[in-house]
Amino acid sequence: MKLTGAQILVECLKEEGVEVLFGYPGGKVLSIYDALYQDDFSHIINRHEQGAVHAADGYARATGRPGVCLATSGPGATNLVTGLATAYMDSVPVIAFTGQVPTTLLGRDTFQEADITGITMPITKHNYLVRDVADLPRVIKEAFHIATTGRPGPVLIDLPSDISDGKTRFRYPEKVSLPGYKPTYNGNFKQIKAMASALRKAEKPVLYVGGGTTISGAEQELLELAEKTQIPVVTTLMGMAAFPSSHRLALGMLGMHGTVAANYAVTECDLLVAIGARFDDRVTGKVETFAPQAKIVQIDIDPAEIGKNVPVDIPIVGDIKKVLTDLLPLVTPGDTGAWLAKTGAWKEKYALSYERNEKYIAPQEVLEILSELTKGEAIICTEVGQHQMWVAQYYQFTKARSFLTSGGLGTMGYGLPAAIGAQIGRPNQLVINVAGDGSLQMNIQELATIAAYRLPVKVILLNNSYLGMVRQWQEHFYAKRYAGTFLENPDFIKLAEAYGIKGFLLNEREKIKDVLAEALAVSGPVLVECRVNPEENVFPMVPPNGAINQMMGVMES
Amino acid sequence: MKHTLALLVVNQPGVMARIAGLYSRRGYNINSIAVGETEDPKVSRITLVVEAEAAHELEQITKQLYKLVDVIKISDITLDDSVERELALIKVKSSSANRSEILQIVDIFRAKIVDVSRSAVIIEVTGTQDKVEAIIALLKPFGLVEIARTGKVALVRSAVRA
Repeated sequence: MKLTGAQILVECLKEEGVEVLFGYPGGKVLSIYDALYQDDFSHIINRHEQGAVHAADGYARATGRPGVCLATSGPGATNLVTGLATAYMDSVPVIAFTGQVPTTLLGRDTFQEADITGITMPITKHNYLVRDVADLPRVIKEAFHIATTGRPGPVLIDLPSDISDGKTRFRYPEKVSLPGYKPTYNGNFKQIKAMASALRKAEKPVLYVGGGTTISGAEQELLELAEKTQIPVVTTLMGMAAFPSSHRLALGMLGMHGTVAANYAVTECDLLVAIGARFDDRVTGKVETFAPQAKIVQIDIDPAEIGKNVPVDIPIVGDIKKVLTDLLPLVTPGDTGAWLAKTGAWKEKYALSYERNEKYIAPQEVLEILSELTKGEAIICTEVGQHQMWVAQYYQFTKARSFLTSGGLGTMGYGLPAAIGAQIGRPNQLVINVAGDGSLQMNIQELATIAAYRLPVKVILLNNSYLGMVRQWQEHFYAKRYAGTFLENPDFIKLAEAYGIKGFLLNEREKIKDVLAEALAVSGPVLVECRVNPEENVFPMVPPNGAINQMMGVMES
Repeated sequence: MKHTLALLVVNQPGVMARIAGLYSRRGYNINSIAVGETEDPKVSRITLVVEAEAAHELEQITKQLYKLVDVIKISDITLDDSVERELALIKVKSSSANRSEILQIVDIFRAKIVDVSRSAVIIEVTGTQDKVEAIIALLKPFGLVEIARTGKVALVRSAVRA
């Protein structure tokens, strides 16, 4: 029997085990929506295409399975751009389908035509414009394969409406044939032995853990490695949930808003082992002063990441889980006692702290209490800015895939739709979106999606009436000229309630625990607006392009 | 330093755009790019001449190119023993008075005159880039009207390597 392209799409999704599609209808995806309707395929209508792509991304990050979204041609497709770039920077497997004008009208500036494959070329791992319905099953098979293997990333498939309507005999291919695509999974054993030997010889080693560890699912192997070798662990923003925050060997986040202990340890170490981390500028600060004495080992599945920003002594291309599994039998407990005493002393002396005052709620305290109340077991999504950094600093993560944040692109408006995807992917987990007042308003329409699907997402809004991170930079580097950073905000409680979401106002320090506990106990969605100190800063802070051991706002305890 | 890269890519629309886009996005320079089908119609060969100062820069370029799903193989053949050719069409001002002088230059370079009119000739020349540069320099005093160059194509002499 022959099927239409739209029906084939639905069949392929089923073949790939896709359980839900995030999307938004429009003229050029009508037949796809009709096929979804016919099949009663599970579909979430977001309130903006950007919401749909971030939700697919959040679903993927929370579950480890690919997230799938759908948008119409033209503006629908271009609204996916930020979400695709977000997923690309953080290596998230997202498959985006877009409608397109029929092939006969391509290139004529037809109504709602946009060259989305051209536009998304640099922000997708790969993309396709399907020109023959007979190619569709192969293209979808390849897209899922490419998105989920090697270094994951988003793949876009553009579907002209005559392809969705065209008919062909459907057969889903069993294998893909991509001569130019062969990711390397097994690390070179010689290199792994060299790494083991370097670990043995090092006196002051540090494990520098990034998001690749989570993508590879190597949290257990990492824990074993750290404990067996007794090497302290520093994490990037993307790697925060890959190692238990409260572990004795955890020194916290490194880089611009990293802990003193992490930044000192990296600066003084003699061996730095990068595990699925890419030496981002927010991590290294000034490259010349980054880990200046260290021999550098880098494990990454993407060969192009090796030595991209920093020269590497022992490169290992491969899947982290596989490489660490091969490495573990070769390592022996090292004598790192003196080094651990030193890093431990830094950790104690320069523990993260903030000023508590009677007048204002400190946002850090809200997050400390949130961490305590949830035992560090919630899935935390964030937007981008100060609140994001405070979450990384103060939430005590205990579980893999529990921190969903836009690390590479820094996308404000990511958290709320990502929380939708996470909640749908993991319905029995507590999902919390920690937001700032600026970021929340970037995709606030998604409150309607949360309400419509009765998703029990908890929004913790840290409202300081500023674009806080930008204001902080203006305070320190632009002589307190707060250009464009003060926000005159709506009544968030009323707004939440207008969407049918229960609102809580928190404006007294003594009530933080009670209000949060009450809000978390609600079975449905809630929004807690915390009125926090408007001029609170994220400290410590490494000034842009500074050395990471030269931090501002360091407090000794 | 200039490097010659020989690429085998999947022969489908958009491949050139992906490569050119990657170059401009990452801030690399392409001196020339030549593309054509190979013996296998599913595969195209691209000869790229690129500028890269440091070794790690070229390494990054190569690794980034490899990340493109449509790129099958990349070889840096700069130092290999290879046959390198470029074709140029050169339109030169010419009258009956100086035509024989131009013909002499054409003969020396084993080039060909492929079109003649009263005021100009078109010369076809094939050879290494140096040879093409040399004939252009010699023809310049006559007055160059237009030039079309293909960019370099190259094959390594051994039969086994791409």
